[in-house]
Amino acid sequence: MKPPRFEYRAPSDVEEVVGILTEVGDEGKVLAGGQSLVPSMNFRLARPGLLVDINGVKALDYIQRSGDRILIGTLTRHSCLENAAAVPGPLGRLLATAAHHVGHMPIRVRGTFGGSVAHADPAAEWCMVSVLLDAEIIAVGSRGRRTIPAEDFFRTVFTTALEPYELLSEVILPVLPDSARFGFVEFSRRAGDFAIVASSVVIDVGSNGIINPRVALAGVGGTPVRARSAEAVLAGSAPSAELFRAAADAAAGDVEPMGDIHGSSEYRRHLVRVLTRRALERAASEA
Amino acid sequence: MKTPVKLRVNGQAHEIFVEPRKTLADALRDDCGLTGTHLGCEHGVCGACTVLLDGDPVRACLMFAIQCQDMEIRTVEGLADGEELHPMQRAFWEKHGLQCGFCTPGFLMLAVGALERKPDMDEEELKEMLSSNLCRCTGYQNILAAVRAAQAEMQ
Ligand SMILES: Cc1cc2nc3c(=O)[nH]c(=O)nc-3n(C[C@H](O)[C@H](O)[C@H](O)COP(=O)(O)OP(=O)(O)OC[C@H]3O[C@@H](n4cnc5c(N)ncnc54)[C@H](O)[C@@H]3O)c2cc1C
Ligand code: FES
Ligand code: FES
Repeated sequence: MKPPRFEYRAPSDVEEVVGILTEVGDEGKVLAGGQSLVPSMNFRLARPGLLVDINGVKALDYIQRSGDRILIGTLTRHSCLENAAAVPGPLGRLLATAAHHVGHMPIRVRGTFGGSVAHADPAAEWCMVSVLLDAEIIAVGSRGRRTIPAEDFFRTVFTTALEPYELLSEVILPVLPDSARFGFVEFSRRAGDFAIVASSVVIDVGSNGIINPRVALAGVGGTPVRARSAEAVLAGSAPSAELFRAAADAAAGDVEPMGDIHGSSEYRRHLVRVLTRRALERAASEA
Repeated sequence: MKTPVKLRVNGQAHEIFVEPRKTLADALRDDCGLTGTHLGCEHGVCGACTVLLDGDPVRACLMFAIQCQDMEIRTVEGLADGEELHPMQRAFWEKHGLQCGFCTPGFLMLAVGALERKPDMDEEELKEMLSSNLCRCTGYQNILAAVRAAQAEMQ
């Protein structure tokens, strides 16, 4: 179908964006890559009265390093992160692998990192990665900027802590040490589809076993989640096939997936177990 | 409210007068008279509407015409050089890369855009790239064969 009528503004700096959002309140919506918003407008599920197109705000398109953190400007396209060299070390490889799973090439050249996080699809790769790495999400409003931890940011399906008058300006990720290893596995029916379930892990193996294990899952509820009991199983133990199986079982116990036409609750739980084991095996074998 | 919008399509300027909600695909078809760009799903899934925007393949049903001012737009009408088909068009013909042809403009623009960006894509990359668009007729094998043949010629 065709989208309903709206007014269109294309400001060129952040202050102006925030000014317009504050002025129009609930009627306004940010237009980033448009790869989620425009389909829902074409379906008439979304009917914003005014679109604030941020594609001309060049100051929101950057990847920067600041000490041990990587700052990702909201307008960073998915395709920029497909290049593992865009971000140093294992984090760059993790982001490149995740980026490759986001839709298809024409979606990735338009869609943005911040747009995906703001959209908060529970199966979205960037939302899962944000939770996996304890990302900090920066929101800018007329009263200034605030930092929201990823786990507080995602409230439920398509719902975040962002106020209607706030712009998501940046996502901050921690640089991973060179010794860190990751695994990222997802299952979908066709290439480029949203994941039915995805699992991602980061581990670091020291002389006393695994340190700082992280396990996050997508497609298992209203938001991406950390599998805390799986992390507890891994912490301090030496990597082995048996340990990974135990951690994968724990991950399956950590979730209460909702069933839908793409998969029942039990099926998703089964996927969590299989994909988490595979993600851990991949992490262990990552060179 | 309708506003004047300037589009540059296949090297030609088009001054059109459209509402902000007019998608690039509809503007190309209705206002520029370029009906080669097809609309299948209008929500980003099928890829029939693929055009090149500053060289990148994009879904023209997910952009508004008003966003595309100052950008270089290429559509299927711009591929041939007069009577001389583009190597990709000729390869689709020779390898039977189409049956009904509805998806063809989208596949042509997708493949041309992708190969102009990365001429040496390997088999896996080509398949992954082509998975972006839907074809209800061919079963994809001949599309892949056509793209491989054109790739050799475009290099
Ligand atoms: C065929 C297809 C397949 C896809 N497959 C996947 C997939 O496998 N995985 C996946 O993760 N995604 C997928 N997507 C969605 C895609 O990744 C989108 O790009 C992404 O979800 C939204 O980013 P965007 O920049 O396009 O945002 P938009 O569509 O422009 O916006 C989405 C929402 O976020 C809000 N918003 C955007 N930016 C900001 C901001 N800076 N501040 C405040 N609010 C903001 C908008 O107002 C809107 O509500 C797919 C899309 C299509 C069409
Ligand atoms: S019509 Fe644009 S993707 Fe289907
Ligand atoms: S040839 Fe008929 S849809 Fe592709």
